[in-house]
Amino acid sequence: MLRYTLKRLLSLLISLAIASLVIFATIEVAPGDPAFFMLGINAQEDTLAALRVELGLDKSKPQRYWAWITGMIHGDFGTSYQYRTPISGMISARLWVSLPLALYALVISVLIAFPVGIYAATKRGKKGDLIVMGATQFGLAIPNFWFAMMLVLIFAINLRWFSAGGFTSWDKGVFSALKSLTLPALALALPQAAILARVMRSALLDVLSEDFIRTARAKGLSRRQTLQYHGLRNAMIPVLTILGLQLSFLLAGGIIIEQVFYLPGLGRLIFQSISARDLIVVESVTMLLVFAVIIINFIIDLAYAIVDPRLRARS
Amino acid sequence: MNKSLFTGILLSALIMLAAIVSFAWTPFDHTSLNIPNKLQAPNGTHWLGTDHFGRDMFSMIMVGARTSITVAFVAVGIGLGLGVPLGLWATARQGGWTDEIIMRGNDLIFAFPSLVIAILITAVFGPGAVNAIIAIGIFNIPVFARVTRGGALQLWTREFILAARVAGKGAIRISIEHILPNLANLLIVQATIQFSLGILAEAALSYVGLGAQPPTPSWGRMLADAQTLVSIAPHMALVPGFSIILTVLGLNLLGDGLRDLLDPKLQQVQK
Amino acid sequence: MSLLQIRNLSLCINRLKILHDISMDISPGEIVAITGESGSGKSMTALATMQLLPEGSKTKGQILINDRDTMLLSETEMCRLRGNTVGMVFQEPMTALNPVQTIGAQVAESVRLHRPDLDPMARAAEVLTRVGLSPELVSLSRFPHTLSGGQRQRVIIAIAIACSPKLLIADEPTTALDVTTQAQILHLLQKLTTEDSMGLMMITHDLAVVTQMADQIIIMKNGHIVEKARPSNLLNTPKHPYTKALIATSAHRATLPRLRQEAPLLRVRNVVQSYALPRRSIFTAPGKVYAVNDVSFDIPKGIRLGLVGESGCGKSTLTRSILGLEPVKSGAITLDGEHVFSAGRPNLAVRRRMQVVFQDPYGSFNPRHRVARLITEPFNLLDKKPTATESMDRIAKSLTSVGLLPSDAQKYPHQFSGGQRQRIAIARAIIIRPDLIIFDEAVSALDVSVRAQILDLITELCRQYNLTYLFISHDLSVVRNITDHVLVMKSGKIVERGSTEEVFSNPQDTYTKSLISAAPQLSKRTYHA
Repeated sequence: MLRYTLKRLLSLLISLAIASLVIFATIEVAPGDPAFFMLGINAQEDTLAALRVELGLDKSKPQRYWAWITGMIHGDFGTSYQYRTPISGMISARLWVSLPLALYALVISVLIAFPVGIYAATKRGKKGDLIVMGATQFGLAIPNFWFAMMLVLIFAINLRWFSAGGFTSWDKGVFSALKSLTLPALALALPQAAILARVMRSALLDVLSEDFIRTARAKGLSRRQTLQYHGLRNAMIPVLTILGLQLSFLLAGGIIIEQVFYLPGLGRLIFQSISARDLIVVESVTMLLVFAVIIINFIIDLAYAIVDPRLRARS
Repeated sequence: MNKSLFTGILLSALIMLAAIVSFAWTPFDHTSLNIPNKLQAPNGTHWLGTDHFGRDMFSMIMVGARTSITVAFVAVGIGLGLGVPLGLWATARQGGWTDEIIMRGNDLIFAFPSLVIAILITAVFGPGAVNAIIAIGIFNIPVFARVTRGGALQLWTREFILAARVAGKGAIRISIEHILPNLANLLIVQATIQFSLGILAEAALSYVGLGAQPPTPSWGRMLADAQTLVSIAPHMALVPGFSIILTVLGLNLLGDGLRDLLDPKLQQVQK
Repeated sequence: MSLLQIRNLSLCINRLKILHDISMDISPGEIVAITGESGSGKSMTALATMQLLPEGSKTKGQILINDRDTMLLSETEMCRLRGNTVGMVFQEPMTALNPVQTIGAQVAESVRLHRPDLDPMARAAEVLTRVGLSPELVSLSRFPHTLSGGQRQRVIIAIAIACSPKLLIADEPTTALDVTTQAQILHLLQKLTTEDSMGLMMITHDLAVVTQMADQIIIMKNGHIVEKARPSNLLNTPKHPYTKALIATSAHRATLPRLRQEAPLLRVRNVVQSYALPRRSIFTAPGKVYAVNDVSFDIPKGIRLGLVGESGCGKSTLTRSILGLEPVKSGAITLDGEHVFSAGRPNLAVRRRMQVVFQDPYGSFNPRHRVARLITEPFNLLDKKPTATESMDRIAKSLTSVGLLPSDAQKYPHQFSGGQRQRIAIARAIIIRPDLIIFDEAVSALDVSVRAQILDLITELCRQYNLTYLFISHDLSVVRNITDHVLVMKSGKIVERGSTEEVFSNPQDTYTKSLISAAPQLSKRTYHA
């Protein structure tokens, strides 16, 4: 188990190193001089030069990459070109919107998908299964931002149960904050729940056709007990993969949903920075999201090993 | 033929047809503004209503289908064109360092949140259909590489590959003569899935303003336009929304249907 | 009084008739074997007894266990019966255990379910000890993937007998195992049956496996019972023509043409083939496993050599080395003095003089190519490719010589049966008239009657073409029939060699002896319960 963990950890570090290089390089090739951009057309050549020194733009690329990386390790994400404030401050405030949103959506997705997927698998080929599969087929086809607009139209504009957008800060109480995240989380979660339910169903069906399920039935376990004791845990292996992908997707997918609901999360930060060409913010936020996704994958890899003893032994 | 395949073919053909016909004919000029006619609900003249500039929605949907299909199609092409050879190459050198590098590279791209990177690319290189294609296409490469390698690995253990090696054939020839034809089904199904995902991704990118730029119509941007007007003119959101849903649904059903049709296990039963 | 009575059982699956009017009895302590070729309905009879038939099944008739008709029982009552009164053992030890549960937990589960009076874990330890896996040797906390095939099959038997069932059903329990392991498992089943006076329903495709242990043998064909008899009666005076054919083919002996020995063709000298094991830690050198360890032999022209060994003995690795598919670590393999692998690549000049026939009649052909293209693949090795008419001519000729029609060239492989495909594989091997053919488990996947036909074909080809071949098999009886000399291989080494008759009648090495005594034979009856 330790060996396995160390191996995954090493591959995590390599992934992070390469990811940071790619992001850095992408931003580097972006046209335009940040200093010029910050000071505008009328800037003097000497003030420009001074600003470049202040921002570290005069240094060589490897030096700047190194400064960026070491800074991030210490929690210093650099300084916004636009606002001239530390990016870490901007990020941490917004993280409190984006992260809870992703987790909230994941919980909804799991709560819907697991029972539905299990139900469909047990009713394979029957009416209930066909209805569920038909519904998930639609779920896969719905763009989440459009679904978000429909939720706003129905629950905010017509029924007035929720507000159409904006975020009530956590200071005003957990309940109202969660309430303001509910529609966005639903919009994110439902299409994902469709995918997860399908994966759950097919993973279970695969497992249920295995020989050891027959062994369990021959022991005298009922269908339900067989599913519970032997089916689910084995089906969790493919389901976990999708779950990991989904959390990453929900974090990133939040970017667009935040646009629909005017939520002050990382997504809006990225778009504001793109339109202001404040690329250092884009760079750091992207890196943070990539970091989160890689960490999630790492945790999923460890979860595999807990579920599947064969992985623990191997490697 | 099964029901899902039939529905899938029908829906996909309908959208393709709309896109092709739009080159020759649309009910109205999709660029001509007609402010007095703005925000009309669907009616006899404007079958799907008009938008906030009085443009005919039906014409815009037809031309927008063109954009969506082109972007998704080329992005799938990039994935197939680069991913499949990489997958075949990795399998032919399985266990070696080439395999290791290709597969690690794939894992790395997988680990990137695709939407974020697509946004990064379009942000840096400027919004537009071409950059959207590249951004979506890059993420198709590892998908096809993985599917190819997964299928090819199984095929490589089959005895007919050993027989081909005994007949003195090299890895490249075996990959082309024996592996690729047997992967065709798998790749066709995957291509359909990636195609539908491409349509969704294009819509998302143009919704946030990073896809095709005006005056090229696109479904995603039509939705962005609709957002502030959704309470007074719901059709502006419903029409492009359902266009996307039906297209993606059609492609998914087509993929499912093809998989059932081409599945060798099911063929055995039919025989 | 009978423990199990099956009366006029008929079964349809999705309107396809699977079983017709099956009747049989099993008494306590009795071993009843059901045998027949694949598709005869023997496994379905077992599953029907357990009421574990696939969906879409319709049954008629009666299945009485202890005089209760199981067809009338509810699913809940059936669950109480399964694993408690009736236990079942399956064919595939590799997949029949839950990979994510320890073996102890899997045995204990069945105890917990039916015997609340017992301590599940203690009972699990007890039954595992009975089947030869005492907790001191194999801990209860092991996972299935850490056990060998034979050990897993013992765990499955332990699960089946954990609650002391009255009836045990074993569906091909040894088919996936090596002969020596097979003999041990058979012995174990027999012992358990006697000790607990259980009834045993033993299903197998191999008549030889059960003649020594069964009290009664039931022969099935296409869902009918064609004959029921005691083993001695069955072997000596079979009544039904199918039984006669089955016994004849099981005991089939192909007769080789007389040997004409000539100069050595293939020379294998001190060949070593090893693979690096994954490193245990970065500080120690990676371990090595020797798949082939210092093996030498010659194949003179015109000789038919057999190579026998159980799975994992290194025979597949040796085949690959002889074919020049991978370089050897040390030693030399030469054909007429030329190395099969030289200058870092396979020597194609040598390769064109060798061909191979593989085991799997389904995996041997690219399903997308027609027979004509499939069997002409070795033409790739020739310097001068045959012209179109020449090619047609040779395709027709080699198809005819393996008993197929020239018109079969335009068909796809899926249009042929397993035996026919193996004929196509042989056609592919002889089309360039190689000097040496390697048969790699070439008949192992075939039903006995088809196997006999293919063996006859090989001997017939020997007459026609004066073949030299290396016949590799795990099955002694096959090798005995169609080779002049034989090598016995174990753990990468050749432990015995000699003329086939001599090795079989007077084996010297202990391993060879155990292999020969473990192999089930129709004629010998050493034990009868």
